[in-house]
Amino acid sequence: MDDDAMMMSNQDRLIYMANQIARNLSAASHGMAVEAVADHIASFWAPRMRAQIFALQAEGRANLTPVADAAITLLRNRDAGLAARPVGAIGQPEQQ
Amino acid sequence: MSFSRETDHGTPAVITAGKSVTLTIDGQSVTLPEGTSIMRAASLLGGSIPKLCATDSVESFGSCRLCLVEVEGRIGYPASCTTPVAEGMVVRTQTERLKTLRRGVMELYISDHPLDCLTCAANGDCELQDQAGAVGLRDVRYGYDGATNMGQAKDVSNPYFDFDPSKCIVCSRCVRACNEVQGTFALTIEGMGFESKVSASQGEGFLRSECVSCGACVQACPTASLIEKKVVEIGTPDRAVVTTCAYCGVGCTFRAEMRGEELVRMVPWKDGKANRGHSCVKGRFAWGYARHQDRILNPMIRASVDEPWREVSWDEAIAHVASEFRRIQARYGRNSVGGITSSRCTNEETFLVQKLIRQGFGNNNVDTCARVCHSPTGYGLKTTFGTSAGTQDFDSVMQSDVIMVIGANPTDGHPVFASRMKKRLRQGAKLIVIDPRRIDLVKSPHVEATHHLPLRPGTNVAMLTAMAHVIVTEKLYDEPFIRARCDWDEFEDWAAFVAQPARSPEAIEPLTGVRADDVRAAARLYATGGNGAIYYGLGVTEHSQGSSTVMAIANLAMATGNIGREGVGVNPLRGQNNVQGACDMGSFPHEYSGYRHVSDDATRKLFEDAWGVALDSEPGLRIPNMLDAATEGAFKAIFIQGEDILQSDPNTHHVAAGLAAMECVVVQDLFLNETANYAHVFLPGSTFLEKDGTFTNAERRIQRVRKVMAPLNGYGDWEIVQLVAHAMGLDWTYDHPSQIMDEIAALTPTFAHVSYDALEALGSLQWPANNAAPLGTPTMHLDGFARGKGKFVVTDYVPTDEKTGPRFPLLLTTGRILSHYNVGAQTRRTANAAWHPEDRLEIHPSDAENRGIKDGDWVSLKSRAGETTLRALITDRVAPGVVYTTFHHPETQANVITTDFSDWATNCPEYKVTAVQVGLSNGPSDWQQSYDAQARHSRRIAVVEASE
Ligand code: SF4
Ligand code: SF4
Ligand code: SF4
Ligand code: FES
Repeated sequence: MDDDAMMMSNQDRLIYMANQIARNLSAASHGMAVEAVADHIASFWAPRMRAQIFALQAEGRANLTPVADAAITLLRNRDAGLAARPVGAIGQPEQQ
Repeated sequence: MSFSRETDHGTPAVITAGKSVTLTIDGQSVTLPEGTSIMRAASLLGGSIPKLCATDSVESFGSCRLCLVEVEGRIGYPASCTTPVAEGMVVRTQTERLKTLRRGVMELYISDHPLDCLTCAANGDCELQDQAGAVGLRDVRYGYDGATNMGQAKDVSNPYFDFDPSKCIVCSRCVRACNEVQGTFALTIEGMGFESKVSASQGEGFLRSECVSCGACVQACPTASLIEKKVVEIGTPDRAVVTTCAYCGVGCTFRAEMRGEELVRMVPWKDGKANRGHSCVKGRFAWGYARHQDRILNPMIRASVDEPWREVSWDEAIAHVASEFRRIQARYGRNSVGGITSSRCTNEETFLVQKLIRQGFGNNNVDTCARVCHSPTGYGLKTTFGTSAGTQDFDSVMQSDVIMVIGANPTDGHPVFASRMKKRLRQGAKLIVIDPRRIDLVKSPHVEATHHLPLRPGTNVAMLTAMAHVIVTEKLYDEPFIRARCDWDEFEDWAAFVAQPARSPEAIEPLTGVRADDVRAAARLYATGGNGAIYYGLGVTEHSQGSSTVMAIANLAMATGNIGREGVGVNPLRGQNNVQGACDMGSFPHEYSGYRHVSDDATRKLFEDAWGVALDSEPGLRIPNMLDAATEGAFKAIFIQGEDILQSDPNTHHVAAGLAAMECVVVQDLFLNETANYAHVFLPGSTFLEKDGTFTNAERRIQRVRKVMAPLNGYGDWEIVQLVAHAMGLDWTYDHPSQIMDEIAALTPTFAHVSYDALEALGSLQWPANNAAPLGTPTMHLDGFARGKGKFVVTDYVPTDEKTGPRFPLLLTTGRILSHYNVGAQTRRTANAAWHPEDRLEIHPSDAENRGIKDGDWVSLKSRAGETTLRALITDRVAPGVVYTTFHHPETQANVITTDFSDWATNCPEYKVTAVQVGLSNGPSDWQQSYDAQARHSRRIAVVEASE
């Protein structure tokens, strides 16, 4: 944000969060990063938040980075049954 | 438990046992580790040799000569406290000659001591009195007329204890306790011989001295010379109950010493495995809030926050909560409500709140205050090691050779652990401190960091990756360990990444501001200096890359093989007393107790079968998401147990807007906290002294909290949650918190062996405690990581978007101080206010000078989020360009300033980096004034007219 920007709106913040996750998971290859971002969002975002970002993306109002954008698309396809979900639980259960 | 003091064996136990030796004392044979004193040996046999200058919390000193014994074949009468046992030794502790000698010693002491025993506050609890009796002293030949030290002025400056020099026998137990146990070196014996006397920091009173009021000296003092004011006021205790401190994640255990229903003093429990008989000022002394007049004892409701509160019966309040939540869910949907569990409450209470939400509300909208502190620890350590917790017990630090402290200030935040750490450092372990601020550990009496890397706030990942660069490129990593314990391919990917020239200390020097040579030297020391242990705190987690930093730390530990044995490991210093427990108990919206994701079908079925309802398989809303949803009109009611989100969460304006948009805010707390200004229902909570339960400390240690007095508000917090559950139609049947723990154990594999019976028998248990580890797990990942192979994660440095610029040129970072606890709701209501009456802004002399600011001036602190005012403290503890403040006082509202940037993985707020401007000011900001007015207005309680 530049010095004059005010605080983010809720929608801006959602997009910001998706991009931030993508930036932090982008050290891997594009394909792996996209999977990792989609898994992360599936694990931690409530359905309401996912629905909001799908809508923003569909309306072309989401200024998403390429990795974040692909991840949201993958996630939407998964939720709609168009792409395979990862096997088993999303989060790894504790092993003891 | 009825009252007796814990046995004092006179000298400490020998920890690193070498050979055993066998000897005879008064005809009894005993075998003990070499190095044990004769005094301790006799005590372990059930005897007691008279003593004054020895106590088992400090090394013996041999000054009083009361403990003389006879040893066959030796000339003279050695002091039993300083003489170690030897093979075949024959000792006599009671002979006529010894009696005469001891009486003579005692006579000298008593001749210079006031004989006001009957009216002395320590009467019946004084070792001098006891020992005079024990040696059979009946008469003092010297009379009391000669020169004495009696009648000297008392020092009553400390709010919790008095020092009466005329009762001092100059045994120096206090001095040694301050040096050895606490490590503060605040006391000295001034003068020589008869003139010698105890003095706090060159003659200043205790309050203004270096003393941090830990009370170790008071506990060590054998006379009434150092004595708790409460003992003077109330009298000596008549019973004691062992319980656990409710302040910080060290989890000190105490004997709550009572006189009837009144708490006289808290004495650290010697058998407590977390604290080993020590404590800090908060746990020992700052419990007065439990009876503070501000405590709310009756439930209250109101239709709108503009109205004054109306006191109602428990029945009415509970029925109101249930009907409001049901009404709101009927109107706005199942997911329009949620709740927050508390890291201050017990495991059992936390478990019940999340159960109420998942089972009763039918959603996963539950979160906890750990969101704002250690959620990145959970994420980072689970990803790399497989378990969301620290790897060691506190004792482990005594085996460390290199201690690396990152973004933590243990002497203020975790004082009792800091004392242990300082003890180890005085024994020669090396210290590396990575922190923007020159914390006390960097240089304090007899402790000095080998390396202090004062990095710019927000550059942790760059710094740790640069250390990894040195370790990889200089081949200092532990290849056999990595091959055996970690995924080698992942290691190679990571190693290739960190080895890039762009990650080198030289390349990142302009970012961190730390000299590359220092970074290289620190990395080499950590990798090659022997057992390397990392301790970290909120300076790691509360960043936009908090989770990455935790993983970067885990990478360093794995790469150097510093994991899986005593003396090493990765250890988060947890903030609140039960933040570990709150996380363990399933307080996060995506996981059940034991960190199992809600989407895991097998786990969910376990809970569904136990609770008899279908459970949601999707993650719920986190605190910031709940507030966002509230401002969008989709989230309407919240049940908050023991947390003050308005004061503790970032961007106060946004929190206030979220709360104001809800139709039913329920706050369960001791006091009308800041959040309660926006509440419609207030349910009075109980203190840790008033209920049974357990807390889990930073070393995963589960310890009992025991009820020592009846709850003033009528119910323990777990009972209140159960009442709400009943009103919502749930058939809970808990009569005692132990039954809740039984349910937790049945549903949580890592807790399978935890029960109140087990805790009673063992004192405490560190999870995992199950078939694989029936007695618990002091050190984790011994033979393999919980997740199988340790996972190296590439942590790319992504600078925060919170950047300085012309309008906001300084970086604000925040922290806490010893005498206060978080938002200060409790400690501000005790005499601890004597040490920290207000929050101050620390600013470097050059930044202050540029702005014309003098020490103590009122300054405005302004960020993109808001503005507040406070007074300046000019110090070079902070680097130029960095300012620092605490957040203990609501008037300051430091979180008006903090932004809503947060950790990428967990949304833990970025408290540690805010771009700000500082300027002179002449009073409170507009926000402070309007906030104050709103708070006053909101806290009104309607006066009920007495009926005719
Ligand atoms: S209270 Fe603690 S810090 Fe203060 S003098 Fe006593 S031992 Fe030292
Ligand atoms: S104040 Fe107490 S502990 Fe300290 S020297 Fe005097 S008698 Fe001993
Ligand atoms: S606040 Fe922490 S260090 Fe102090 S007594 Fe309590 S648990 Fe121990
Ligand atoms: S107790 Fe041994 S010399 Fe004082």
